Amino acid sequence: MNDRLTIAVPRGALFGGTLDLLDRLGVDTSEVRSNDRRLLFADVGIVTMRPSDVPTYVEHGSADIGITGKDVLLEQSQRKVYELLDLGYGQCEMVVAAPGGGDPIGDALRRLGRVRIATKYPKVAGEHFQATGRQAEIVEVKGSVELAPLTGLVDGIVDLTATGKTLAENNLTIVERIATCTARLIANPVAHKLKAAEIDAIVEQVRR
Amino acid sequence: MSHPIPPGTRDVLPEEMRELRSIGGRMRAAFEDAGYGEVHTPALEYEEVLLRGDARAAGARYRSFDEQGAVLALRSDMTIPIARVVATRYAYAKPPLRFSYLAHAWRVTDRGVGEPREFLQAGIELIGVPGADGEAEVVALTVEALNAAGLRRHRVGVGDGALYRGLLSSFGVSAEAHMPLLETLSRRDLVGLEAQVSRLGLDPGQRDLLVELPQLRGGAEILSQTPGLEGLQSLHARLEERGVADRVIYDLGMVRELGYYTGSVFEVYDPAVGFTLGGGGRYDELIGRFGRDLPACGIALDVQRVHLAQAAEDALGAKEQPE
Repeated sequence: MNDRLTIAVPRGALFGGTLDLLDRLGVDTSEVRSNDRRLLFADVGIVTMRPSDVPTYVEHGSADIGITGKDVLLEQSQRKVYELLDLGYGQCEMVVAAPGGGDPIGDALRRLGRVRIATKYPKVAGEHFQATGRQAEIVEVKGSVELAPLTGLVDGIVDLTATGKTLAENNLTIVERIATCTARLIANPVAHKLKAAEIDAIVEQVRR
Repeated sequence: MSHPIPPGTRDVLPEEMRELRSIGGRMRAAFEDAGYGEVHTPALEYEEVLLRGDARAAGARYRSFDEQGAVLALRSDMTIPIARVVATRYAYAKPPLRFSYLAHAWRVTDRGVGEPREFLQAGIELIGVPGADGEAEVVALTVEALNAAGLRRHRVGVGDGALYRGLLSSFGVSAEAHMPLLETLSRRDLVGLEAQVSRLGLDPGQRDLLVELPQLRGGAEILSQTPGLEGLQSLHARLEERGVADRVIYDLGMVRELGYYTGSVFEVYDPAVGFTLGGGGRYDELIGRFGRDLPACGIALDVQRVHLAQAAEDALGAKEQPE
């Protein structure tokens, strides 16, 4: 760690919003924007990665601060990172969805005593069903979750949706909302103390 | 062939062992020179006895039974066993008492694969010196022991573990509401904290203080901005006398996880690494639970993490000052 902040920037859905935010903070993002394959931009202190890796790099201190979705933070709640700000953009809903027409989740619970749920967020899904007093078997999948109920693998899914379009196209309807997720600014606990002035300056600028 | 060892444990081979020995030995010597005699206690204790110290800190989740059926637990820190030693073996000794240790402790975490569960800790306990005098001595000796271990840029974070709870009480927030707020604060989920504080229905000034206070950290200048920090102010004055005030960062949002801390809390950092090297604080009620009412404070450093920090400092130093 040197004295300038290293920022972990998520590629994917939050990438554009994050670069716009960094522009407003006076960070030169032109190199990042014009270069799709490079991951490390040392001269401006930016490292780019998948959103779910951001807490890993920030926890270890390889990046001092980072931006990632609340969905990632909920799923990785064991990570020792500080959540400093709700950045407001990248709004999505974490939902329970099931095939339309009928109530497959309720049916499974009533007749089989448990429901099967596919998700990329096994922790969030497990905790949601536990907190609502329902027994669930969580099936973790890596790719398109929407496929799982269509093939009979599961009764429903827990996933993140922005517009609901992909769900609708796969004949899935939202049956419960778990949380609203937006982009968050996170910090490494040690950097938060040792680089307090630099981090506070950013928080201050974003809040304005 | 694979012959596994339990998760979170590891073998140490000669090259690393030499370095760990050297670091541990230099810290141990710094403690001894300052009058902190080294003690050793059993790795296994009766769980019932550890529980007397603190329900959450008592013993790792490694348990076993002896031939009588009593539950034995591996200690999860050295502070509780030393509190037991003070109350039993030093029941009539005149305070202050000073002890040091270089010993293993065990803690099971639910975190990733390879997260250590067995720690070599170097630490001190200062018993019978209340308030800022005791805390300043512990902080100053921590800085010195890490100097001896070869670190150059380490800092000690100092907070007041009772501060936030006290503020909540003075604003009339019910005791049941404290726990979730303190839990959110200890994770430094500042977004969540702001939302929870807003729901308390306090007047705007109180609400803003509860949101902003945990974000205050830095030098002595932050101590004059908030009332109720007389304890940290007098600690600062004593740290200045000892010449280590510039190594300290005050952090008004610091809440240590262990339940037995009653006042000042400490964390140790090095800018070369992103994790804390250790921590401690004041625990004025713990020894009393074993039958001898004495104020105390102490700190424990993770020797392996100190080693990692020292190696990282060396690497940075080599990069910054090419020969």
